[in-house]
Amino acid sequence: MTNPSRHTASEMLAILSARQLKEGQVVFAGIGVPLLAATLAQRLRCPGLTILFEGGVIGAFVEPGKLPPSTNDQRCTKRANMVLGSAEVLLLLQRGYVDIGFMGGAQIDKYGNLNSSFIGDSDHPKTRLPGTGGGNDISSLTNMIVAMKHEKRRFVDQVDFITSPGFIRGGNSRAENGLPEGGMFRVITELAVFSFDDTSRLMKVLALNPGITREQVQDNTGFDLIFDDQLSVTEPPTEHELTTLRMLDPDRLFIG
Amino acid sequence: MVARDTVQPYKELRQNLARRDRSLREKVVTLEEAASFVSDGASVGIGGSTMSRTPMALIWQLIRARKKELSCSRCIISTDGDLLLGSGVSNHIISSWFAQGILWGLSKVMRHHIEGGHARYDEWSHMGVGMRFRAGAMGVPFMPMRSMLGSDVGRKRPEAKEFDCPFTGEKLLLVPALNPDVALIHVQRCDAYGNAQIDGLQFMDIDLAMAANRVILTTERIVSNDQIRRSPDQTKIPFFCVDAVVEVPFGSAPHECYGVYEPMMNHLEAYVKQVNGDPIGGMKKYLDDHVYGPKTWNDFLSMIGIDEIVAASRRGRSIFDD
Repeated sequence: MTNPSRHTASEMLAILSARQLKEGQVVFAGIGVPLLAATLAQRLRCPGLTILFEGGVIGAFVEPGKLPPSTNDQRCTKRANMVLGSAEVLLLLQRGYVDIGFMGGAQIDKYGNLNSSFIGDSDHPKTRLPGTGGGNDISSLTNMIVAMKHEKRRFVDQVDFITSPGFIRGGNSRAENGLPEGGMFRVITELAVFSFDDTSRLMKVLALNPGITREQVQDNTGFDLIFDDQLSVTEPPTEHELTTLRMLDPDRLFIG
Repeated sequence: MVARDTVQPYKELRQNLARRDRSLREKVVTLEEAASFVSDGASVGIGGSTMSRTPMALIWQLIRARKKELSCSRCIISTDGDLLLGSGVSNHIISSWFAQGILWGLSKVMRHHIEGGHARYDEWSHMGVGMRFRAGAMGVPFMPMRSMLGSDVGRKRPEAKEFDCPFTGEKLLLVPALNPDVALIHVQRCDAYGNAQIDGLQFMDIDLAMAANRVILTTERIVSNDQIRRSPDQTKIPFFCVDAVVEVPFGSAPHECYGVYEPMMNHLEAYVKQVNGDPIGGMKKYLDDHVYGPKTWNDFLSMIGIDEIVAASRRGRSIFDD
């Protein structure tokens, strides 16, 4: 028997993220928890969820226990509807075929901008991170769900470098910078679920994860948080969600 | 040779192409001969993506030939990028993502060379790299696109220009054509003329082949032209943009070749542990043992080991199972 009260942070992220997806949507998923969560949603509630991978895949059905090591490996194509070029699948974002982009994040700020390029000054970086991959394209062109670990050093007032744009400097600045479509929709962490204020575009807490207090979320965040007027508490992972997730990733490649 | 950061003049592109022998001719060469097509300082486009269909045997040969100052572009670059920087063959990488693989975190080799200022890593969005090869393939100096705007990825690349659309007034980003001096592409099969058939994910290889001033193919196997002509719809790269063909079974090892073998993870994990533990000494030892040491590519394969190669092949071929 799976004990639903015992789970890793990554399992929590995958399950709560999967709950955000809806039947019939077209989802562009990154590697790791996003791929796993999209596949989980497909197995649990959304058999008609269409998953896209940047390697050039439309309509993936990743096999349990055969998770790909990146979204550019042959395993991504198993039982897919179509394989196509990487530029072609990315251009589907630009044309508008994608409902949700779904990525992990290294560092995020109060406007939902993501950094996966540099820690410190980009001309003389303390750390050179891997870079955007498709992240910039996805976040520029569609509505984003980001699943990431919640730590004070990762939730900062302003990112060192905007790799993947959220709402940039808030207000209308995203559209003014040439990005009229998309934007941050949800951020999912092991502490809470976040959305963004319609006007200021500041991150706000939509729901607390079970057993988590407002203070815990604020204490782990590097900027002042807004809490939604209808702040709710998320339902804990069910046994069914956890067993299905663990069946998909038996080697615990992405669920830790 | 194309100056870095500039678009190659159209006249020059056309002249280069006019000079290439585009007749239906055999062009099979050895790995050593193929490497001689790459001059020091050349811009080199690398096919495949991440750990898939990497032209690893040819990169291995470029390192053995001690090439210098190559500017290498690839949509997503992984352990091949480590080897190119760590060996001193390249001092400039153009890509959207550079690490060994998502499973292993950051590449200490990349960090050592880039943070230390020994080499440049120009970061473009994935689609940005694609549109640069696409413009190069189309024979136009740029492509407009709607990402990289408003981000520091765009701001960090003055070669890309923001532009107000003359039709709609919208803000767009123009990314410059990338026409590498030479493209290195690994495929499952081609004929002796270079008609290449690619199974599975094609990544940006068709645009890359069309954009490049020269193309070297490595292939798992050379098949007859008759066989190509029986399924011309499977041919993804036409012979007349190919300048050399090398038959190299397991030419992407330890990376994957769709439908033939999956990545050889034991070798890669041991590699990552060694070079991330010591990005200078560990890399030197890897190069001495696995690149300079073996007499032939097959000798390198035997160092990966028959067990791992058989296991990777079984997994690779299983993609065609029900």
